[in-house]
Amino acid sequence: MAAELHVALVAADREVWSGQATLVVARTTSGDIGVMPGHQPLLGVLESGPVTIRTSEGGTVIAAVHGGFISFADDKLSLLAEIAELSDEIDVQRAERALERAKGDDDASAERRAEVRLRAATAR
Amino acid sequence: MGAQLRVYKRRIRSVTATKKITKAMEMIAASRVVKAQRKVAASTPYATELTRAVTAVGTGSNTKHPLTTQAETVTRSAVLLLTSDRGLAGAFNSNAIKAAEQLTERLEREGKEVDVYIVGRRGVAHYNFRERKIAESWSGFTDEPTYADAKKVAAPLIEAIETETAEGGVDELHIVYTEFVSMMTQQALDARLLPLSLEEVAQEAAPKGEILPLYDFEPSAEDVLDALLPRYVESRIYNALLQSAASKHAATRRAMKSATDNAGELIETLSRLANAARQAEITQEISEIVGGSAALADATAGSDR
Repeated sequence: MAAELHVALVAADREVWSGQATLVVARTTSGDIGVMPGHQPLLGVLESGPVTIRTSEGGTVIAAVHGGFISFADDKLSLLAEIAELSDEIDVQRAERALERAKGDDDASAERRAEVRLRAATAR
Repeated sequence: MGAQLRVYKRRIRSVTATKKITKAMEMIAASRVVKAQRKVAASTPYATELTRAVTAVGTGSNTKHPLTTQAETVTRSAVLLLTSDRGLAGAFNSNAIKAAEQLTERLEREGKEVDVYIVGRRGVAHYNFRERKIAESWSGFTDEPTYADAKKVAAPLIEAIETETAEGGVDELHIVYTEFVSMMTQQALDARLLPLSLEEVAQEAAPKGEILPLYDFEPSAEDVLDALLPRYVESRIYNALLQSAASKHAATRRAMKSATDNAGELIETLSRLANAARQAEITQEISEIVGGSAALADATAGSDR
């Protein structure tokens, strides 16, 4: 069996997802980064953006993450985020409404949040 | 019914109604404690991971950051006091306020100015009544705090600590909250949140002398620390808010339980008194009848003669 990553996606108030994975792709402030088993210990700041986790069973988990960190050591990867939502938890219509509202209010960060949510939801 | 008996009956009715209310409040508080405890547990993974990460950056690089460097002379400190919005919780709020006042006194003895930040209407009311200055206050979420609330509280505090002292900033941040030890024990305590002592944090994260790996920082150690430390403070405040909420509910439950017990006792005493009054009334009526008929018998016997 190939080496595996143990991934924990943790939001401030709950554990969103945890399990075994073979690849995690996340967006840090300096660009997309892919982590596979055996990666060098890493600690990075995440941009608001979708995170893709390829699970050992061959499935894919996509989550929208806002204001978070990625930390990796000893094949244990933690994704910490203030807000994290799995793509199938996201209500597309609500996210669209939030996007409209954010555009109307000229709220750049809210707009970005809504956009990321939409992207994560449509990528599933 | 005699006047006295009626008064007793009325009091019993009113105490019974009070007892029902306190009983209901006790049960509500009991269910809320469980909920609050669950929230504390749910926030633990995030806090643990964050502590680990902070330790990793702090020990893995010699980065200096305003949130971790101790000012040479501390001239002003901020004290964040967590109380509740509502009372009916025994000594919960007064204990927290007392702890904050002891801390303020200690800091002032050390020659520091103290800015007070307060969460919860009870604390605000206490300070306003004594016409003391409050730097900032928040209320309305103490029963069920969310992470967004913690962010709201943390923002001005982090800003104050990043500002130069000469421009009205602070050098230290202390937090006074009620720790939830168990259902029966809650303890008001104060802790220094900032500047962060990395040694202490490290001990918390890896108590068994576990060696942290040499991390690669993305984009750089400074930037990571810049982003991490405010999150760490927020998460600590969030944890304190949650513990404080759980403690408040536990204190309410206990206060309401003793109120219910006292009401029960009062009802018992009053029922005894009411029974005695009723018995006395009956006895009196009987003796009146007996006395009356005896007088009547005496009168007829006299007229017969």
